[in-house]
Amino acid sequence: MASKVIHALYIDDDILMDAVKKVRAEHYHIEEVYTPFPVHGLDKAMGLPHTRLAITSFMYGCVGLTVAILMMNYIMIEDWPQDIGGKPSFSYIENMPSFVPIMFELTVFFAAHLMVITFYMRSKLWPFKEAENPDVRTTDDHFLMEVDAGNHDVDQLASFLGDTGAVEIKVIDKEEDNH
Amino acid sequence: MYTLSNRLRLFSVILMVVGLIGLIVGFGQRPGSVEEVKEMMAAHDAHGGGHGESQVAESGHGNQGHGEEDAHGGDTHYEHVLHQLQNKPWASLYVAAFFFFMIALGVLAFYAIQFASQSGWSPVLFRVMEAITAYLVPGGIILFVILALSGFHVNHLFVWADPEVVAHDALIQGKSSWLNGWGFIIRAAIFLGGWLLYRHFAVKYSRKQDEDSEGNKWYKKSFKISAAFLVFFIYTESMASWDWIMSFDPHWFSTLFGWYVFASLFVSGITTIALISIYLKSKGYLEFVNNSHIHDLAKFMFGISIFWTYLWFSQFMLIWYSNIPEEVTYFITRIEDYKLPFFGMLVMNFIFPILVLMNSDFKRVNWFVVMAGIVILCGHYIDVYNMIMPATVGESWFIGISEISAVSLFLGLFLFVVFRALTKAPLLPKGNPYIEESKHFHY
Repeated sequence: MASKVIHALYIDDDILMDAVKKVRAEHYHIEEVYTPFPVHGLDKAMGLPHTRLAITSFMYGCVGLTVAILMMNYIMIEDWPQDIGGKPSFSYIENMPSFVPIMFELTVFFAAHLMVITFYMRSKLWPFKEAENPDVRTTDDHFLMEVDAGNHDVDQLASFLGDTGAVEIKVIDKEEDNH
Repeated sequence: MYTLSNRLRLFSVILMVVGLIGLIVGFGQRPGSVEEVKEMMAAHDAHGGGHGESQVAESGHGNQGHGEEDAHGGDTHYEHVLHQLQNKPWASLYVAAFFFFMIALGVLAFYAIQFASQSGWSPVLFRVMEAITAYLVPGGIILFVILALSGFHVNHLFVWADPEVVAHDALIQGKSSWLNGWGFIIRAAIFLGGWLLYRHFAVKYSRKQDEDSEGNKWYKKSFKISAAFLVFFIYTESMASWDWIMSFDPHWFSTLFGWYVFASLFVSGITTIALISIYLKSKGYLEFVNNSHIHDLAKFMFGISIFWTYLWFSQFMLIWYSNIPEEVTYFITRIEDYKLPFFGMLVMNFIFPILVLMNSDFKRVNWFVVMAGIVILCGHYIDVYNMIMPATVGESWFIGISEISAVSLFLGLFLFVVFRALTKAPLLPKGNPYIEESKHFHY
């Protein structure tokens, strides 16, 4: 079944934030908001669930720390122990201070890179992916709110959105659900 | 307006009185002669024997070792212990005096940064910060008196102040143009004077801005003196940390010591702002402080704790790695004689805050912040303890009556001064140009 959505365009992030709050207060369903830059607090205003990316980042950091410890233990203690600066590599714990920079760097490296990759996968982004934003102006200076028309009266909804400060309102027939 | 409750006033006065009595007892218990030290140590050994045979065996072994030395060798050891125990109440007084002073100083630096950076989130907390910096006046005077007494060798805290030691020590002789009694107190007077001067005018301008916010005349003045103060502060704080802490080990030196002490005082100061704000909120004041402000303070606690660890480790690793005798002896003393406080402090100041305060949501939960804050403050007390005690009391350290009393005395004074200063002005600096932004600060 073809569903109707309304695209409301805004030109200011403060007006957009107020509009999002008003639209949600009226219990209309916001499908998505496209913005040229991250807007602070927009996720909370839209009622999106809190990201779990931080948890994955912590776990990746733990993996990185473990990799660093095992790697340095193998390289510097087990496989090829050397006497550097009068500190023979007989045990990991005794030489631990010199491995701390590596432990730190690999923790950060794993946490950062794997978190970014997770983010790409979770947002379904990959090379040559076709852009999803419905209006190119959202990459420049416009903010677009996509509201599900559902069973609401389209004209009434459109005029309501106009009152929230939208500069342009379009009614779109969607043939299939993108989401 | 905040009113100081009688319970809090009574509590702080009791802390001060108990601390003072305890300190007098602590000073009274100092051994006066080598014989008394021998008696004390014999009593201690007998006490230890009651707990386990291994300890008796150990102490027996120790005595054998001394027996092999010449007859006077034993007495020099006891004399050494005598000096350490005579130093102990002075050193614990100094640690506590410096610790509470550094909290107020850290808050002063944080306060100046808020002005210099024209921060919009923090003005609702300015009155709390101003009240904490009020402790700089009595705390600074007490610290100055102790420093002057030590600099002129009334006690034996600083070995470089002892002319007999200097006469036999070529290294200290080389440094005596800097490390001498008069230079020491003149510098202390300049540092303390400069900080107190800034404190006086910053608070004055902040109050004036409330009365007359037309054109933000006073705010602009605050901005200017804060920027100037920060330049003055980072030089003088660094030099003060050489004078007041690093010179306990006059042979030893570390180029990032000033930064290291700065990180310690900064995190302690920010933690105290958070604790006092949460306390005032729990009493129904500071209704305009929301959990986003607490969140930001907790982020600073977390971040500066890690910054402190970074500096601690940068200092430790280079010295440990290069293993130069005159440098590494500093850490050898601490790891051999102070193993528990040395590593315990790392757990309290690094591992605990990183695990407890990492989660974003926990930084908004007041009791989490309070718990982390108390551990951080205790950890930084032990940090100061580790910086000062090894050079003054050596291996004769223990947390005894004089340490606890000194903390109690200065904690009482700190609470009394800070909460009394809070009553002096409305808790909301209504004239600050960023006050609306700060009230609606939300993240």
